[in-house]
Amino acid sequence: MRSLLITIIFSINFILGTVLSVHADTHIGDTFPSLSATLGGDLPDTHNKIVLVDFWATWCAPCKASFPVYKNLQADFASQGFVVVAVSVDTVASAYTHYITTTPPGFFTIRDTNQSLVKQVSVPVMPTSYLLSKDGRVRYIHKGFHSSKTEIELRKEITTLLAEKN
Amino acid sequence: MQTVRVQPWEHGTLADYTMSADRDPLGSQLLEHVYFSREAATGGAGVGGAGCGCN
Repeated sequence: MRSLLITIIFSINFILGTVLSVHADTHIGDTFPSLSATLGGDLPDTHNKIVLVDFWATWCAPCKASFPVYKNLQADFASQGFVVVAVSVDTVASAYTHYITTTPPGFFTIRDTNQSLVKQVSVPVMPTSYLLSKDGRVRYIHKGFHSSKTEIELRKEITTLLAEKN
Repeated sequence: MQTVRVQPWEHGTLADYTMSADRDPLGSQLLEHVYFSREAATGGAGVGGAGCGCN
C-alpha cells in the first residue's frame, strides 16, 4: 500500500514537472507575443516601430551593465521610430522599484509581474534581447551582454531595420 | 527522482544573499585562520561570482 502511494505521488510529480517545464523557445522569424496582452500597464507606443525587448533583473549584473548602451540607443534612434522596452523578471517588487528609482535607466521598463511573458518567450540566458521589426516579428536575438561588441551589433541591426522601414 | 531545470529567469533565488556561503565574514575569517594554522596554507577557498549564472 505504501509503495503504491509513493509510486502514485512520484508519477503525478513527474507528469506535472514534465508539463510545466516545457517552454517553447522563441526563434528568429517568430511573431513575438503581444506586450500589451502579457504585461498590461502603461506601455509606450510600439505601433509601426522597431522594438528592442530586453529581459533583465536586478540580481543580474550583466543586465544592469547593458543599460547605458540601451540608453544611448534609445536616445540616438527614438526619433526614427525605435523604442526600448525593458522587461524585468524580478519576483521581488521592492527590489525592482528600488533599483529603477535610484538608477533611472533612461528608457522604458516594466516588471513582468507573474513572469508570464518570459515563460512564454523562454529566454535562453539572462540578459537576452529581442529586436522586433515593425510587424512584430523577431529579427535578431542577442544572448548575454558583451559590452561594445553587443552595441556595435545592435546599432548595425537597428540601422538595417530602420532602413527597411523607409 | 525527477530532475528539475532552473530556468534562467529563476536564478534570482540562487543569487539571493541568503544563498551566499560567506555571509558571516567574522566566522569565515576565523575558519580561515584555523585552516592556515593547521595546514600552513591559505587561499583557494572560492571563486568570484554572484550565483545568478549570468556569465
